[in-house]
Parts: sequence; C-alpha cells; structure tokens
Amino acid sequence: MRVRNLGRRLVVAVPMVWLLLFFLVPFILVFGISFSQAQLSIPPFAPLWEWVDHRVLALRVHLANYHFLATDALYISSYLYSLKVAAISTVFCLLLGYPMAYGIARAAPTARSLLLMLVILPFWTSFLLRVYAWIGLLKNNGVINNVLMSLGVIHQPIVMMQTDFAVYIGIVYSYLPFMILPLYANLEKHDRTLLEAAADLGARPWKSFLRITLPLSMPGIIAGALLVFIPAVGEYVIPSLLGRSDQLMIGRVLSDEFFENRDWPVASAVAIAMLLLLVVPIVIFQRHQGRELVHK
Amino acid sequence: MANPYVRIDRVSKRYGDALAVNNVSLDINQGEIFCLLGGSGCGKTTLLRMLAGFEAPSSGALYIDGENLADIPPYERPVNMMFQSYALFPHMSVAANVAFGLEQERLARNEIDRRVAEILEMVKLGDYAKRKPHQLSGGQRQRVALARALVKRPKLLLLDEPLGALDRKLREHTQFELISIQERLGVTFVVVTHDQEEAMTLATRIGVMNRGEIVQVGTPREIYEFPATRFVADFIGSVNLFEGRLSEDEPEYVRISCAQLPAPVYIDHGMSAPPAADCWVAIRPEKIELSRTAPGTADNWAHGVVQDVAYLGDMSVYLLRLDGGREVRVTQANRTRKPEEQFKWDEAVYLSWDAASPVVGVG
Repeated sequence: MRVRNLGRRLVVAVPMVWLLLFFLVPFILVFGISFSQAQLSIPPFAPLWEWVDHRVLALRVHLANYHFLATDALYISSYLYSLKVAAISTVFCLLLGYPMAYGIARAAPTARSLLLMLVILPFWTSFLLRVYAWIGLLKNNGVINNVLMSLGVIHQPIVMMQTDFAVYIGIVYSYLPFMILPLYANLEKHDRTLLEAAADLGARPWKSFLRITLPLSMPGIIAGALLVFIPAVGEYVIPSLLGRSDQLMIGRVLSDEFFENRDWPVASAVAIAMLLLLVVPIVIFQRHQGRELVHK
Repeated sequence: MANPYVRIDRVSKRYGDALAVNNVSLDINQGEIFCLLGGSGCGKTTLLRMLAGFEAPSSGALYIDGENLADIPPYERPVNMMFQSYALFPHMSVAANVAFGLEQERLARNEIDRRVAEILEMVKLGDYAKRKPHQLSGGQRQRVALARALVKRPKLLLLDEPLGALDRKLREHTQFELISIQERLGVTFVVVTHDQEEAMTLATRIGVMNRGEIVQVGTPREIYEFPATRFVADFIGSVNLFEGRLSEDEPEYVRISCAQLPAPVYIDHGMSAPPAADCWVAIRPEKIELSRTAPGTADNWAHGVVQDVAYLGDMSVYLLRLDGGREVRVTQANRTRKPEEQFKWDEAVYLSWDAASPVVGVG
C-alpha cells in the first residue's frame, strides 16, 4: 500500500516539479519584473527590494508599467486587434474544421487514418517555412497573382501581403489541425443510433444535426476553439511576416518592448496583462463547462 | 378479414452477396403484438429497420394502412422505434427527450407539455421529468424510451429487444406492463427478440425467422405445440427429437418406428407423406410421464436410467439414458411433497406419452 502510494506520488510529482521549475518560477520572475523600473544596467531593471543600511528590507513596487499600458493607445489597440484577429481566425477555423472533422469521423475506417495523416502532414515541415511559403503565394508577383494575370482574370496584381487578409490566411492555415483533431476525437465517439432515433422521431437530417450532433460536440468545439484562440492572440511570426506594419499584434509589441526598447518591466507587464486577459475568461468558461460535464 | 394493417410483400434485403432477408411476406393486424423471433443474424432486426426506414429493401414492398412506404424517409413515417440501446439523448432531460418528437410536429408548447406529462404519468416517470438519462436506472431508461416512442401516437411501434437489457425480475414485471400499455393505447407493436420466453408472453402472434426467412407464423401456442419444421421444434423450448421411418399411415393415425426407441411412436392423426418416408418426431419434456411400472401398451413407451436430476422447486428436470444409449430430457411437476414422486440417480424408469403429444414431420 505504502509503495503504491509512493509510486502514485512520484507519478504526480514529476510533472509537478516540471511545471514548478519551468512555468511557475519564470512566471513569478516575470510577474516581479513587471512591478520594477527600467534602468541602464544588467539586468536592465531596478531590483524590487534592497537592503537599506544592511538592516531594513525596502520593497519598491511600481504600478506605473500597468498604468502606462492602460493609458497608451498603442497597447490598447494592439490588445483589441489581437483579440479580434484571434476571434475571427477561430471562427473561420471552426467553420472549415467542423465539416472536415465530421467528414473524417464518418469516413470508412480505412480511409480515416489516411485522412488524419493528411491533416497532420504539414507538421513535418517547419512552421516558419510554411509561413514563408505563403509569402511566395500571396505577394504581388507571387504565384496567385501571376496565375490570375496570365489567365487574364485581373490586369493588376491584387495586394494581399501586409493585409489583415494575409494574417487570417496564415493563422487559419497554421492552426486548422488544432481545431480538427479535438473535433474529430469528439465526433468519432458519437453514437449514430442517436441520429437514427432523431430521424425516427421526425427530425430531418439538418434538425438532427442542430439538436443532437452539435450540442454533443460542444466539448470538442470548446477544446478546438481554445487551442486556436489562445496561441493566436499571442501570435508573433505570422503577423510579423504577413501582416500590416501600421497595426501590430500584442505578441509583436511584447517582443519589440523586450528586444528593441530593452524595457523589461513594460514587456513583463504586457505579458502579465495578456495572461490575465486570456486566463480569466477561460477559467470562467471551463468552470461553467465543468459543471455541465460533471454528469457525463 | 379486412386488409392487413401492416403488409410485408415479398421483401428481400441483400448486402453484397449475403441475403439478410429472403423473400419475406407477412401480414400484421391492427392492434396486435407481433413478435419476430429468431437467433442472431436471422434477419429479424434488418426487417425491423426496413419498417423504420433505416434500410431500403432490395426488392419487395412494405405497406402500412395501405400506404407504400418505399419513398417515405424515416422522419415522415407513421412509425416509431424503441431502440435496443434505448438511444436516449444524453444531453436532454427526460421531458425533453419525450418532447423531441412532438416538437418536430410543430405542436403548440402547451399541447406538447400536456402530452409529455400524460405519457410520463402512464409509464410512472412523472417525478423524473427533469432528470437526465444518466441519472436513471436501466428500467427507468427503458420506460423513457417507450414513452418517447409512444408519445407520437404512431400507427406502428417497433421494439428492438425491448427487455434485453433488464434483469430477470424487472423483465417479468415490464412484460406485463408493456402489454397493458399496448392494450390501453391500441397501438400495433412489432417486437424483435431472440428470447422465446419474451416472445411467448408478449405476442399475440409470433413469426419465427431463420436464415432470412419466416419459417412459421402462429400464436405462441401453435408455435410451441405444433411446430411446422424441425428447426422451430428445436428452437422453441426444449424438445427430444427422434429420427424415424413411417411404418403405418392411415387417415386417423400414423405409426413411426424409431431406431432409438423400443416401441413404435403412435400419433392420433394422419399425415400426408410417401410410404416409408423418413420422419422426425419431437416430444416435449413435460409431456413425458415417468413411472416405475411398465405402461402396458404396445406403443409410445421407452425404458431408461436416471442420469441426472435437477430439482427446481416447482418441477424437476430428469436427464435419462435410454437402453439404446440415447439421452432424453423429462420434466415432472412436483405436485406433492411425497418422496416416492421423486426419482433417484441410477433408478430404472419407464417413459410414456400420450398419442396426442408427439409432433411429426417429414424430412
């Protein structure tokens, strides 16, 4: 009994220690730095506490960084823009991914593994390369414009690079598998006799989908939406390579603060604010969801 | 008799090379409980699913109340089904499950609520309307499934192994409840089951299926007492089957000699068969009488030794080995508590039966 308990504790302890060392400790550090003040030194911020006369421990907490975020229009508009881009991308991923996941779940078992393989296949190429490939497709003398122009459909290239459109394309393309896989995992488990029962009770196929399949796939939709939305908010590479230069996403702002301005405290505050922005709604959402799922 | 309510007309269903249902024709009357009885893979469920509209017949036609079902999708058929797994919607309450079918008919909300409450009262689930299916016991779920199918007032209710998932005590209780609900509503039931006891208690008529074909249709009594084929005799209840040859064939009686029996089998009705035809004779275990003294007749007796006794309380089951080596099963009701009524292991006994008891067939 004791040995089993020890084993159980070890199993839990390994990931706990991991999270503690590589998530909680850095988080506390960043959290601390966000209350500090930038200065020309190494590291480039003032320590939070100091020994005064070797006897008194003085703690200096600066709220100015957060105040700065809340008052500077650049940060607010970047946050809002990031949320908007992430939300719209998530909706498009859902609209594209749901039918794909549904199709895979309904496909013959032999075809299913092949189709799943195709969904995962892009991961075999570097993410960065794939985003660069989109530049080749979207730019003014890129593949799409060249083909359309040689066909005579258009006479001047369509400007697609450095637009919101390009960012949506990039994010939806990159994150689609994260939507499809949890949806597939959910849809694949559905009991098809439920749909027969719905049809038997007089529901047309579309009605059966709305009343049976869709509500039962809600956990998959939520999982997929979170997997797309959360990383999309902080997305850095795609908007930097494909997006507008006049409107930055928050991930880009954060990296600029950190590397260009070397203002670690403000960069930390940006990160903490982003975390709060995402964590609070997610926790509320999951708690609500958890209550619904408790009985399943 | 008026036109049959449900007509299955030369229906076949083919899956690739396999013939799941083979040229089945069947008439079912309004208000009856018709049981399709057969082992797994006999085509009974396929037939049921064709009535519901989940499968289309490869050939033949189905009619309900004179209407050809061929081009009617499941959601427009006047038919409802109670699924073997119940197929309750897990995310909906009991009341929402039952209301689902009525909502598809676009009835007024208060009409829906009234009918849902009424049917839940009938299946004694009035207090459970707000529960979710996972909060119910198996028997309660079964009743929700029944209520959900019945609330639409279908012309025909299809039940796929309706009692299969219930334990024995609950089954017996539910069987009678099902019959009483059916009688009250007057809905025609078609029940699919592999359990002959279930079929016998529920059915007004039984259709026995084997390998995609209907082998016999009749009341439970007809099926049990007068099985038409060797398969039916063997499938329904337990039976002692003997191979024999027709030795005398008169209009009033037949006599059959069986190699495994010391005396000929005498049956008090004639049969139409070629002389000296090969026959099978079936005698039910409860129709054989055991005694310690010779019966004193020329026909219808045998002699053997008790191999095994199973005392079941209301009756005892004896396994006997005849002098020819053949094993025979006999059941005797325990009408008194006298010990001499019981036979012991290794006791030599005489077996005898009435001339009206054996069933005979050619082949």
